Amino acid sequence: VVEVLDAKTREQLCFLDKVEPHSTIGDIKSLFYKLYPRWYPARQSLTLDPKGKFLRDEEILQSLPVGTTATMYFKDLGPQLGWTTVFFAENIGPLLIYLLFYFRVPYIYSDRCAFTSSPHKVVTMACVCHTFHYLKRLIETIFVHRFSHGSMPLRTIVKNCLYYWGFSAWLAYYINHPLYTPPSYGEVQVHYAMVIFAICEMGNFSIHLTYLPAHALIRFPVPSKNPFTWLFFFVSCPNHTYEVGTWVSFSIMTQCLPVAVFTVLGFIQMTVWAKGKHRAYVREFKDYPAVRVAIIPLIL
Amino acid sequence: MSAAAQGTSKAAHGDVAPKKKKGPGALATAYLVIYNVVMTAGWLVIAVGLVRAYVARGSYHGLYYSIEKPLKFFQTGALLEVLSRVFLTWAVTHSVREVQSEDSVLLFVTAWTVTEIIRYSFYTFSLLNHLPYLIKWARYTFFILLYPMGVTGELLTIYAALPYVQKTGLYSVTLPNKYNFSFDYYTFLILIMISYIPRKSIGRLHFPLQKSAIRKTGYTG
Repeated sequence: VVEVLDAKTREQLCFLDKVEPHSTIGDIKSLFYKLYPRWYPARQSLTLDPKGKFLRDEEILQSLPVGTTATMYFKDLGPQLGWTTVFFAENIGPLLIYLLFYFRVPYIYSDRCAFTSSPHKVVTMACVCHTFHYLKRLIETIFVHRFSHGSMPLRTIVKNCLYYWGFSAWLAYYINHPLYTPPSYGEVQVHYAMVIFAICEMGNFSIHLTYLPAHALIRFPVPSKNPFTWLFFFVSCPNHTYEVGTWVSFSIMTQCLPVAVFTVLGFIQMTVWAKGKHRAYVREFKDYPAVRVAIIPLIL
Repeated sequence: MSAAAQGTSKAAHGDVAPKKKKGPGALATAYLVIYNVVMTAGWLVIAVGLVRAYVARGSYHGLYYSIEKPLKFFQTGALLEVLSRVFLTWAVTHSVREVQSEDSVLLFVTAWTVTEIIRYSFYTFSLLNHLPYLIKWARYTFFILLYPMGVTGELLTIYAALPYVQKTGLYSVTLPNKYNFSFDYYTFLILIMISYIPRKSIGRLHFPLQKSAIRKTGYTG
């Protein structure tokens, strides 16, 4: 027997008395959905405690710490969108927006600059790098990524898109501006930055590949023969480490303050994610390598 | 408890407002003197009250829960109000000297000062558990007049500063430069003025909402 109460008001929403002990949370959500067609299963959050973590769909009723009557608390997560859709939207924006600025479509800069191109080689290189970065992410979304949750609330996608799209517009505006000033140390600076950029992109891609095979989900990731994965000796989330490296190198390449701001903010966010994942690993695996930290080797 | 918390954030701002103004008028100076006296006395009382409220928090949990959401929402708005006041004081009134003799400055300083005097006596009496109904009434009623007065004064002040900012390029960075960055303070101020519409309509609702929420639960700060 399963009883579902509203997490906030504690009123009884439904009483399911024909539930088999081996049913999963997913089954219960389907039953709940039949009674409340507005709340499709992806929107439902069921917990055993009003403030507790939500129960995963795969969990089986009889394995939960409940008596003959299981009391669960329901919360509406709001409209949901598939994670793949979200990620796709987040990345297609910056890709296209940057190109609008690179080709200087009318109304962005003054009229006489429309459709002109910059005399600086670095501006073209920056466009190639930026475009490559987002193309790579889009391809990874389709072929590589495995996401832990099935969906994300609508409000989050709007917020994320505003952030990524807005920032790419802001930094693209300056890099492709007619009054753009190339880096102080000229070609040397640009070339070194490009090399680091390429290394970090390859590193990031290598790490994403290690997340592919199924066994990686059972054990924690470890370094392989690929030198790029040797960063696993030192950090739990080398993909984030490489991503930070990508943006640092892009900042140096373009010598553009808005890019640096974006890099710093991205670094902060990725550190939060990396630390969370690191903690989860440490908790789950007793033999987790002690030398590893979250994102910056030996430091953070 | 939430009222006391609001007190700290606004108290932080309070230190700034009178400090900067070397403006004109004996009238403005008199208001500021009163303001400082009230502030100094009230701050100690509030600090004590905070400790008491924290200790008492456990037993108020149930009541608090039902007013938690709207109050949290407006607390964030209150914090933004505080930041906007600090901004107005330093980044506008202090920085643009020509603005300091404007009547609009007197308008918002007066509105803020009267509001704060009423508010701190409100907190003082609440913490001593002897809140005269008059003070409570005054706080919520005067708000209806003082809030639009303050907002008008602030907006007029920013508007008055605009031509000087444009002429002098104050706080602005132009292209080309080594770090490929620009900032136009003039446009920024205009955007701030536009942002007053959503921000202040939320703030305008803060008190009537708080009043009805408190009445519903019988919770007193």
